Amino acid sequence: MNRNGPLALLFHALFVVFMAAPLAVVVWMSFTPDNLLKLPTTTLSLRWFYAILDNQQFINAFGLSIFLGVIAATLAILLAVPAALALSRYRFSGRDGLVAFFLSPLIIPHVVLGVAFLRFFTQAGITGSFAALLGSHVLVIFPYGLRLVLASLTASDPALERAAVSLGASNWTVFRRVVLPMMIPGVAGGWVISFIQSFDEVTMTVFVATPSSMTLPVRMYHYIEESIDPLVASVSTVVIFGTFLLMFLVDRIYGLDRMLVGPTK
Amino acid sequence: MLRMQRFFLSGLAMTKAKGRNAPYVLSLPAVLLFAALLVVPLAMTVVLSFQNYDLNTGAIEGFTFGNYLDALGDPYYHTIFLRTISIACATTILCILIGAPEAYILSRMQPPWRSIFLIVTLSPLLISVVVRTLGWALLFGRNGVINATLAALGIGGGPIPLLYTTHGVVIALVHVSVPFMVISVWASLQRLDPRVSKAAMSLGASEATVFRRIILPQIIPGVLSGSLIVFALAASAFATPAIIGGRQLKVVATSTYDEFLGTLNWPLGAAIAVVLLVVNATIMLTYNNLLERRYARSTR
Repeated sequence: MNRNGPLALLFHALFVVFMAAPLAVVVWMSFTPDNLLKLPTTTLSLRWFYAILDNQQFINAFGLSIFLGVIAATLAILLAVPAALALSRYRFSGRDGLVAFFLSPLIIPHVVLGVAFLRFFTQAGITGSFAALLGSHVLVIFPYGLRLVLASLTASDPALERAAVSLGASNWTVFRRVVLPMMIPGVAGGWVISFIQSFDEVTMTVFVATPSSMTLPVRMYHYIEESIDPLVASVSTVVIFGTFLLMFLVDRIYGLDRMLVGPTK
Repeated sequence: MLRMQRFFLSGLAMTKAKGRNAPYVLSLPAVLLFAALLVVPLAMTVVLSFQNYDLNTGAIEGFTFGNYLDALGDPYYHTIFLRTISIACATTILCILIGAPEAYILSRMQPPWRSIFLIVTLSPLLISVVVRTLGWALLFGRNGVINATLAALGIGGGPIPLLYTTHGVVIALVHVSVPFMVISVWASLQRLDPRVSKAAMSLGASEATVFRRIILPQIIPGVLSGSLIVFALAASAFATPAIIGGRQLKVVATSTYDEFLGTLNWPLGAAIAVVLLVVNATIMLTYNNLLERRYARSTR
């Protein structure tokens, strides 16, 4: 039947090793008791995790990234829900163009966006401000949130809404009692993916952030540019496990494979 | 004519009493955000790329093609553009060779394993690219994990150069972008009708024939759209070539960064960014058209 042969399984095993290797090495390295970048073999130590607590720059960047991600994801979803309702429940002229417009940040290289934002924010005199970071992040993560909200709305059956209307429900009641409950998984999944995208964004943010307003990936990037030591590995390990935790949550709320591959199944 | 068409379309819409302005009102906030934070900044960048540059005052008013002539005429930038394109091509080819078979293998797995390994394959997408690149930097260094292991096993003659090399950048970029290829091919595999393969088998076709004559032609569009995404990502990648490539191996994205935050020649940096945007968009559109035409022909 449709079984993978031994060669296919070997290929698959090598592929999984390839995908996991860099992450595994980072986690392993972060438990080293030494000052050198040598994989620990005999003893493991948490000293580099305690060292994070002494590094105010990483702590601040961590806090900024989480705060920025939460606010940006919330704003992006608040904008995406009405837009998704418009795109999924109405046929109107310019609809296809609007979809392309809303998804365009996915296609424009983030370097180009970074350059454009740097120019724009400099002219506006708000370089490095939280508002600048927030605005640029909302724009970049908007398509991710929109896609999931849109997917959950298109998957739901509009006949239910018509049934509610025919039974005398007002527009607001239809939204609150029928549409809203159906799109909650999409909204929650969309919020988490937006948060992750904001938290991970580096290519665009590296242009927009100033030394006093560096997000975690930007701070890590500049740190790695200078030197690589076990400290940055332990920070990365915290990021990796934090992301795993979020993935677990997404899997419970929305289905991780559905979010990653799209609603094809 | 347009009015009639619009009337006809709105007649097709689900009957909601709110009228035809509702979709525009609903999408207005997002449109305003995009106008202010996407259209205006991009337009300003295009304007900037045509401005003069002065060593002391920076960008000054005026209109010149000089920045584009500099960016496209200077052998220094030729090297950078060529390097970027060859890195992106190599990454795309490797992603096809690795990602497409992996998607096929995943699709043939039994239920519990299938979604487990799908998540294992795709979840690195959610982890910061800086973290993933750090992993490769740790593996690649002169005394990094790969060379230390080889030395400990007594294989090879001395350390293999991986960090600060083009092939090192390509390997790390393949890791970053191969999940997109898997997603794309996976999606086209999901659209296959298993009955066609079964019909072919029942008519005596071998498994290899079924793969070559039935499955392969149908996943080609998935492979092509996957390569489109991978190419665009690899051509505009920043953090990976910056960390693995180091200061010597400049690509378009990193040299744009240098112009903006190092040498502060903003008009030139803007011109390079616009060239990157235009090249990227052109490749995507041509490729997309090609894809649609081929796809339309093959399904006819």
